[in-house]
Amino acid sequence: MNSRRLRALTIKESWQVVRDPSSLLIAFVMPPVLFFLFANAVSLDLEDVALGVVLESTGPAAQELAAAYDATPYFQVTTARDRRELDPLLVRGSLRGYVVIPADFDRQLRQPFGAPRVQVITDGSQPNTANFVQSYAQGVLSSWYAGRIDNPVPLLSLEQRFWFNPELDSRRVLLPGAMAIVMTMIGTLLTALVVAREWERGTMEAMMSTPAGTLELLASKLAPYFVLGMLATLGCTLMGILIYDLPYRGSLWALLLTSAAFLVPALGQGLLISTLAKNQFVAAQLAVFSGFMPAFLLSGFLYEIDSMPTWLQWLTQVVPARHYVQSLQSVFLAGDYWPELLRNSLALLAVGVLFFSLTLRNSHKVLD
Amino acid sequence: MNSAVEIRGVRKDFGTVEALKGIDADIPAGRLTGLVGPDGAGKTTLMRMMAALMHPSQGELRVAGHDVTREAETIHRLTGYMPQRFGLYEDLSVQENLNLYADLQGLPRGETAQQFQRLLAFTGLAPFTRRLAGQLSGGMKQKLGLACALMAHPRVLLLDEPSVGVDPVSRQELWRMVQELADEGMSVLWATAYLDEAERCDQVLLLDEGEIRYAGAPQALTERIAGRSVLVSNLQVDRREFLADALDQPSVRDGVIQGGAVRLVLAETEVSPELSALVAGAGGQLEPAQGRFEDAFIDLLEGGTLGHSAIADRMEPVAAERDIMVSCHALTKRFGDFTATDQVSFEVRRGEVLGLLGPNGAGKSTTFKMLCGLLKPSAGRAEVVGLDLRHSGSAAKMQLGYMAQKFSLYDLMTVRQNLEFFSGIYGLRGTQRRERIDEMVEIFHLAPYLEAFPDSLPLGFKQRLALACALMHRPRVLFLDEPTSGVDPITRREFWTHITGLVRKGVTVLVTTHFMEEAEYCDRVVLVNRSQVIALDTPDGLKASVAGPDCPDPSMEDAFIRLVLAQQEQAA
Repeated sequence: MNSRRLRALTIKESWQVVRDPSSLLIAFVMPPVLFFLFANAVSLDLEDVALGVVLESTGPAAQELAAAYDATPYFQVTTARDRRELDPLLVRGSLRGYVVIPADFDRQLRQPFGAPRVQVITDGSQPNTANFVQSYAQGVLSSWYAGRIDNPVPLLSLEQRFWFNPELDSRRVLLPGAMAIVMTMIGTLLTALVVAREWERGTMEAMMSTPAGTLELLASKLAPYFVLGMLATLGCTLMGILIYDLPYRGSLWALLLTSAAFLVPALGQGLLISTLAKNQFVAAQLAVFSGFMPAFLLSGFLYEIDSMPTWLQWLTQVVPARHYVQSLQSVFLAGDYWPELLRNSLALLAVGVLFFSLTLRNSHKVLD
Repeated sequence: MNSAVEIRGVRKDFGTVEALKGIDADIPAGRLTGLVGPDGAGKTTLMRMMAALMHPSQGELRVAGHDVTREAETIHRLTGYMPQRFGLYEDLSVQENLNLYADLQGLPRGETAQQFQRLLAFTGLAPFTRRLAGQLSGGMKQKLGLACALMAHPRVLLLDEPSVGVDPVSRQELWRMVQELADEGMSVLWATAYLDEAERCDQVLLLDEGEIRYAGAPQALTERIAGRSVLVSNLQVDRREFLADALDQPSVRDGVIQGGAVRLVLAETEVSPELSALVAGAGGQLEPAQGRFEDAFIDLLEGGTLGHSAIADRMEPVAAERDIMVSCHALTKRFGDFTATDQVSFEVRRGEVLGLLGPNGAGKSTTFKMLCGLLKPSAGRAEVVGLDLRHSGSAAKMQLGYMAQKFSLYDLMTVRQNLEFFSGIYGLRGTQRRERIDEMVEIFHLAPYLEAFPDSLPLGFKQRLALACALMHRPRVLFLDEPTSGVDPITRREFWTHITGLVRKGVTVLVTTHFMEEAEYCDRVVLVNRSQVIALDTPDGLKASVAGPDCPDPSMEDAFIRLVLAQQEQAA
């Protein structure tokens, strides 16, 4: 490494970042778009689910229960007298499920210790929604039953509280995840693309014919994209707090430290890809496949890691976004919990060392 | 005399392909050496090995006394290398590119200011230091690339096809600069596919299919054919017909059209009685001509092609229902506030070859694309076979065939599939389609390659296939966009045999080119510069228009350079 050459190459790279609209586009236009999508289009919360209620009984208690379903904000209720009316709607997908209040509902209710049977039928082709319908329908029934005047006061009751995200607003979990995606794009995709672009334009060949070494060529990419990544982090954070009402319970230091740690493996992965792909198309494919997709699927912000098979849980350990998402969620929703932040940062650095050593092994200063 | 480069039994394999087949040569120090040969001859591979970017599979290669495999770092310090695409950063300004290379080459800091000044003066780029490299013209990019390669006073300068796609004006300036460097004692290697450039080098290394065919002074090779070049002028018959008949004679090795005359290379110094009779019958005049390197090259590879084209012989003559086949009137194309083509007007008659010449960025391609209906004009009118391209674009397109430099073939489809595809898009169906495909296969001898992919074909066959694809629907007008760039002279000869044959059948041809030799094949030439037509005349007429006391017998290239410079001076 020669400091004069490294400095010259870094200056060159920085000018390219500043003058090339595509880098700035990814760093500063993509975050707002992704935030907008995750905040508005991708929501794990359900409201106004279309639910059918089959009222086979005309008894007053049955009527009351039906009214209770009608009154919740979660359901958009269609009432019928016969389940055969609703079957076609369920098949067509206009209903997500229906509840059957049987003909002998009132009679069962009047029996001592009588537990009235209510049937819930749901559309299993959408498992998440089906689960939701099932448990909410159950919930409405329980609270209606508990609220009846002639009911004895229950001996036990459940007081629920959701920590970190009291309203169970999925946006609060998704936006830090979106931030990890943005950072993966900047760290991995952008670096992989800029090196591939140098191959395509023939500048790499010219650089290699000078005394500059491969190490210097690759190292010069790090500083500019590191700075760009940190700026994007701050931009995303401000946007999340100011526009999308994210709470921010940690400190700025924790955010900067954890983001800096994340950029090590992200940039390392980008450079590793660039040693394998010499045109932008292949580089983009590899970056999407090995960076973007795992960040999306295996980082745990959208799909819970605990419900994955064990071998896949192990695999998520080398996905940098997984550790970063945990740290971000902690910084935003819980505060500086240092043992967790440090553990994640160390994991990130370890993955980074892995990527960088693979890159070094793969880079030779010859064309063939 | 010591050597700048010593090549000892150097072989280079890429998988199963042998790019260089064990070559030996010495490149003298302090001279300008041309590395000459057609595309795929192995020039770039050899260049990259000399720049220590690749290792020989076998043999020893020493540059400035250092081994390329073991002492790569030393070689990177001692050589300046300009790859085919110049290696410039387009997002960086001229000055920033220079700074970068000065730092990378480790130019002592105290020297930088003086060296920048020297290089900027040398390349004439001093007024443009703040302009981004991406906004420079092709010629200026080249000069900047050269300046960067020269930064640390290299002992050996390696230039890989620096003149590809560059107009004659820029090419001439580049030559002057490089010759100056060689005169100062630098060892310069210049790789090129242009044989006329080889003539200007002190030494040439002629590469073909990975082997050295000739090494030495170009004049020595040209002398081998001394007295065998003749020029036949004042022909009373069609010069294309005369050329075809002459080439069919065994005593004629090679021949090309040169404006109104025909230039022949004979197998012996004696003019055979058959040729004398042919010349006499055509009312022409035979006189000795200066031998050229290209003549010698063709002779070395044992001859050009025959004079008659099988495809042209098969074709029915184009009906003479109309005289003007292509016309444009005040054709203008604007991109934003930039006018790429400004009020261009000309007409092309049936059976005429019209050449479109001009420096890079002059507006040739834009004009061409509007005429084939690929671009919509901003103003003005373009017609092909009387059909207005704006209103009857697809009807007009059925009348024209198009072939480009890159051959527009699909590399993932076999030869047969390419033929089927192109016959399909030109609307051929059923029996006719099958007949036309069979005919092309027969005429161009494509049968052994039907299941091969175009990429794997020898260049000559690739060119035949591209031509076959453009001709199956029997177009009346043929558009050729730099059709023979980077192709060896023999393949180029064969190509023009087909084209002149088609022209004799009444096909109209429009061609853009950077080869002055190709311009000589044209009946008339439109010279475009800075979006405007600056001259429209026969090749001989253009040459005559610039003749003067300082240049009594101008070549096509002289004419081009003088006319372009004259317009630029007028504008300035």
